[in-house]
Amino acid sequence: MGRYLRRKITIYILTFFVAVTLDWMIPRFMPGNPILILVSRFTGLPQSAKVMYSYLVKAFGLDEPLWKQYLNFWIAFLKGDLGVSIYMYPKPVVDILKQAVPYDVALLLPSITLSWIVGNKLGAVAARTKKLDSIVLPIFYILTATPYLWLGILLAWFLGVVLGLFPIAGAYSFSTVPSFSLDFILDFLGHWILPFLSLFIVMLGGWAIGMRNMIIYELEADYVKYLESLGASQQLIRKYAFRNAVLPQVTGLALQLGTIVAGALTTEIIFSYPGIGYILLEAILHEDYFLIQGCFLFIILGVLLANFFIDIIYVIIDPRIRYSYGGEI
Amino acid sequence: MEAISTRRELLFFALRNKKMRVGISIFTFFVVLAIVGPHLTGYDPLDYVGPGYHPPCREFWLGTTTFGQDVFTQLVYGLRASFFVGLLGGGIATIIGLIVGFFAGYRGGMIDEILMMMTNVMLVIPTLALLIIIAAYLPYRGILIESVIIGLTAWPWTARAVRAQTLSLKTREFVDLARISGMNSIRIIAEEIAPNMMSYIFMVFILQFGGAILSAVGLDFIGLGPTRGISIGIMMQQAVLWNAIQLGMWWWAIPPGLAITLIVGSLYFMNTGLDEVFNPKLREM
Repeated sequence: MGRYLRRKITIYILTFFVAVTLDWMIPRFMPGNPILILVSRFTGLPQSAKVMYSYLVKAFGLDEPLWKQYLNFWIAFLKGDLGVSIYMYPKPVVDILKQAVPYDVALLLPSITLSWIVGNKLGAVAARTKKLDSIVLPIFYILTATPYLWLGILLAWFLGVVLGLFPIAGAYSFSTVPSFSLDFILDFLGHWILPFLSLFIVMLGGWAIGMRNMIIYELEADYVKYLESLGASQQLIRKYAFRNAVLPQVTGLALQLGTIVAGALTTEIIFSYPGIGYILLEAILHEDYFLIQGCFLFIILGVLLANFFIDIIYVIIDPRIRYSYGGEI
Repeated sequence: MEAISTRRELLFFALRNKKMRVGISIFTFFVVLAIVGPHLTGYDPLDYVGPGYHPPCREFWLGTTTFGQDVFTQLVYGLRASFFVGLLGGGIATIIGLIVGFFAGYRGGMIDEILMMMTNVMLVIPTLALLIIIAAYLPYRGILIESVIIGLTAWPWTARAVRAQTLSLKTREFVDLARISGMNSIRIIAEEIAPNMMSYIFMVFILQFGGAILSAVGLDFIGLGPTRGISIGIMMQQAVLWNAIQLGMWWWAIPPGLAITLIVGSLYFMNTGLDEVFNPKLREM
C-alpha cells in the first residue's frame, strides 16, 4: 500500500511541478510581449502606463537571467505570493482566491458525491431489465451530452425567471449579511440550489451510463456464472456485480475531475456565483494576468488534492491493492 | 471479396441498429443545416438587421438579439465553427493519442514509462485550465488556433485506452510473425496493429469530436474563443452577458445550447450503436 501511494504521489508532485513551470513559461514564451500588451491598456494615461511598466518588469523579473526568474517564481510561490491583482488593485491574488474557494467547495463537494452515489444506483437499476434500459439509457446519454453551462441557462430561465422559484444570481441576497442565522442559511441555500442542480444533473447521466455498462460486463464474468450454477439468488449476484463495478467508477471519478471543474467554472459564471470560475471570468475580461495565473494554480492544486483523496479511498475499498503492493494479509 | 462482404454485413447491422439510425439522422440534420443554413439567410451573423428583442417570427426564424442581430443566422454560422473545431481538434487529439498509445504499448520499457508518465501528468491537469492560460496570452485567436490548442490538450485518455488495446494485440501470433519476418516497429504498428483496431479508433474519434465541440463551447463562453466572428459559445456568452435569461429572451439563450446537446448526444448514440455493430456479443442485449 505504501508503494502504491508513493508511486501516485510521485506523479502528483511531477504534475504540480509541470503545472507551475507552465504557469511561469506561458507568458514568457508566447508571441508578443505580455507587459506591452498589459500596458497598452493605459495608452490614455501615459503617466500610469510608465509606473505600470516598471512595476510589471520588476514583478516578472525580466531584467534577470532566465534561470533566476524561474527560481524567483518558485520562491515567491512557496511563500504564498502570487502577485497583486491589477483589476482589484492592490489586493493580493492569494487573498482574492482564498475568499472564493469556500464557494467552490460548497458547490462541488455535494454535487460530485451525490451525483456519483445516485448515478451509480440508477445505472445498476437500469442494467436490471431490458425494457427499463431502453427507456432511461437515451435520457442518460442526452444528459451527459449537455454542456453544463447550457443546463445552467435552461434552469435559470425556467425555474428562475418563468416560474420565479429561485434567485439566479449571487451566493446570497444583498440585503443579508453572512451569519449563522436561519434566515441567512435559507437564503444561501436558495441561491445555491440552481448551480448545484445544473452540475448534479449533468454528472448523473455519466455515472449512470458507466455503472450500467460495468454491470452488464460484470454479469458475464466467471464468478457470476459460478454463483448462478450454485443457485445463488439474482439479488446476491447483483450485489457482487455492483461491488466489482464500483471500483472502475472510483477511477472514473478521478479521470472526470478536470471536466467537472471546467463545468463548475462555466456554471458559476451563469449564476454569478462568487467561486473561482466567476473570478476567472472577471480576470479574463479585465486582462488581469496575475489573477489568471493564480486561478490556474488554485484549480490545479484542488484537482491534485482531490485525486490524492480518491486514491486513498481506492486503497481502502479495494483489498487487492493493499495486498499486491504491501504484502500484508 | 471477403472484405467487401464483411463490410456489407457491418453496414447492414449499422443501418438496422436503432441507436445508429437516430444518431446519424440527428447528426446529418445539423450538418445539412450548417452547410445550407448560411445560404437560406441573406444576413451576416454580426449585422444589425432588424428590431431588437424580437421573438421568433416569419422574418426572423429564431428572433433577434438585444441589438437586432438575427439569431438563426448566428446559429447556422456557429454550427459551422463547431463542426470545424470538432473535426480538426478531435482529429488532432485522436492522432496524438494514437501515436503515443501505440508506441508506449508496443515498445514498452523505458519509452512506455516516459510516455505514460507524460500522459498521467497531462491527464490530471484540467484541460480547460490549460486552455485558459494558453489562450489568455494569445492576443489574436482564430478558430484554427483554438482547434489546435484543444487537440493538443485532449489526447491523454485516448493514449491510455489505445495503449491498453495495443498491449493485448501485441502478444498475438500474427504480430509475432511480422516481427520474426523482420518488419520494423513502425510498419508493424501501421500494418498489423492499427488495422485491427480500426473500429475502435473510429469510435475514439467520434468521442474526441464531441469532446472538442464541448471544450470549444466552454472556452468561447468565458471569452477565450475566436476574437472575431461567431460561434455557439460566443452566442451563449452574449446572451448571458446581456441578461437574455432575466429578460425572458428564450429564443436567444436556449437554441444554441440545445443544438450542441443534440449534436453531442447524437455522437454518443452513434458511438454506442457502433459498439453494438462491431461487437456481436452486445447485439443481443
